[in-house]
Amino acid sequence: MTTYILRRVLLMIPTLLVVFTLTFLIVHATPGGPWDESEKPLPEAVKANLSRQYHLDDPLYKQYVDYLVNALQGDFGPSYRFVERSVSDIVGATFPVSAQLGVLAMLFALVVGIPMGALAAVKRNTWIDFVASLITVTGIASPPFVRISLLIVIFSLALPWLPSGGWEGIWDSRVILPTIALGMGPAALLARYTRSSLLETLAQDYMRTARAKGLSERVAVTRHAMKNALIPVVTVAGVTLANVITGAFFIERIYGVPGIGRMFVDSVTGRDYPLLLGIVLLFALLISVTNLLVDISYALIDPRIRYR
Amino acid sequence: MTATATAAPAAMRPSASLWRDAWRRMVANRPAVVSLAFVVALVAAALLANFLAPYPFDQQDLDQTDLGPSAAHWFGTDQLGRDMLSRLLYGSRISLAVALVDVLIVLLIGVPLGLVAGYLGGRIDTVVMRTVDILLAFPNLLLVIVVITYLRAVLDLPQSGALALVGELDKATGGLLGVFIALGLVSWLTVARLVRGQVLSLKETQFVEAARMVGASSARIMGRHLLPNTLAPIIVAATFGIPGAIATEAGLSFLGLGVRPPFPSWGILIAEGVRSMRAFPHELIVPAAALAVTLICFNFLGDGLRDALDPRLKVD
Repeated sequence: MTTYILRRVLLMIPTLLVVFTLTFLIVHATPGGPWDESEKPLPEAVKANLSRQYHLDDPLYKQYVDYLVNALQGDFGPSYRFVERSVSDIVGATFPVSAQLGVLAMLFALVVGIPMGALAAVKRNTWIDFVASLITVTGIASPPFVRISLLIVIFSLALPWLPSGGWEGIWDSRVILPTIALGMGPAALLARYTRSSLLETLAQDYMRTARAKGLSERVAVTRHAMKNALIPVVTVAGVTLANVITGAFFIERIYGVPGIGRMFVDSVTGRDYPLLLGIVLLFALLISVTNLLVDISYALIDPRIRYR
Repeated sequence: MTATATAAPAAMRPSASLWRDAWRRMVANRPAVVSLAFVVALVAAALLANFLAPYPFDQQDLDQTDLGPSAAHWFGTDQLGRDMLSRLLYGSRISLAVALVDVLIVLLIGVPLGLVAGYLGGRIDTVVMRTVDILLAFPNLLLVIVVITYLRAVLDLPQSGALALVGELDKATGGLLGVFIALGLVSWLTVARLVRGQVLSLKETQFVEAARMVGASSARIMGRHLLPNTLAPIIVAATFGIPGAIATEAGLSFLGLGVRPPFPSWGILIAEGVRSMRAFPHELIVPAAALAVTLICFNFLGDGLRDALDPRLKVD
């Protein structure tokens, strides 16, 4: 087991390096910066100064190595747009907000998605199953910007129950709508996986045994089937994280949450390429680590899986 | 000689009944049939947009801004007095063009790469599948945004040669070409992996061995023997890919990275709707509902096709 984990951790390094190199090259090849947006073109001398300040005159390999060495020490260079702040500063200020929102959205997805999928499987081919599948397809198919804006229209404009934007931490009512909008996609994914996995488990021989020895249907399902059915559901965690990250681009922007998703979109539209690069690398690291944890936990909880 | 003459119809019969069977199962699936009807109607609406739309999509009427639904404007007007229904109809062309291009990318890049990687194996397989693995490891949208940021910045500069041509085409299509290029990077990945997996098991079968024995070339085996046998999963995967591509275009346009105004991409309509949703919610609800219903229908259609074409995949 230790060898397996060690090997997986070591295998992550080349993948991350490839991703780092590709992103660096693409972002580096992207010309211009926020100064191109202004009405008056900058004088050449000013542009030369800017290039010098951001080391854009250095040869490519030197910029690459410098960036890599600094990045490993947590320094992702200065931002183009926020002159006084470094990329690490900005990430440090915005990431915790998104992390809180993201964790809440995941919890929402777990609490709503798994029971809904289980219910749909147990009540297969009834109206409950049909309604659940309608909700599931809606959650999977509707893009995050549609979800959040319709939620705002319904729950803060038509029915004046909740605020229509902003962020005051997780103990404020402002957290409810973005959490639901962000969590709906993962909830739908979890529901779909739980349903199909539980259906498969319910058809197993040991379930017939459980029923035959006189267990009530409820105990048979919750004690015997759910445990095994939830094992494959763990593998959705990686997809779920990707879903939450890309959903945050839109939801944080529309709802005015000062998180890293909004910062990422701002860095794209504002041509703040160092910030863009830093955030993409952070996402890459997050997703790689999550996938690693998924594989390891999968091997740990399912004794049938042999790790080499 | 007579053997081949009798063998041909015999070989045709199961293949015809496979599709008839699939059609029967599909028709029995109510959500899929309703969705299919919606998609057909949407395609018709997009093709006939210039006859159906009561106004040109960019015709402004500054005396008639932000109107609610009425007889003259069924879905109301936007902040510049443009008819929402007309903009929605013309916008469906953009969404369906994206759907079409997405399917083309799947068929022209994903399927051949999957076939070749799976059948020939070796170094080609390694290169293709490593590329797929790396590109699939990250959220599509993240990748697409990084690439389109690069494309937009490069195309904005004065260019020469081929790039200038690409830039001109991109401008002429209102930014759609950039979206297509970005989609081209990610749309083929899942299908390439899927086809390769199918081919890996199919190439061990006796009918492929027999074809190889009588001297069929690799190209012929892939085209005549492997491709038809992977068609069902390809159709299902392509259908499931469509809503993703439409949503990606709408998302990019929503962020201002995709189609450029005044071209009425549904993503742009939604972005404009979000800006005025506090005072005039219909400007948001109309395009948002259109996009959501379209995506849901394509998903139900994909579910229906999967259950119809490959009943083994159906759980219950």
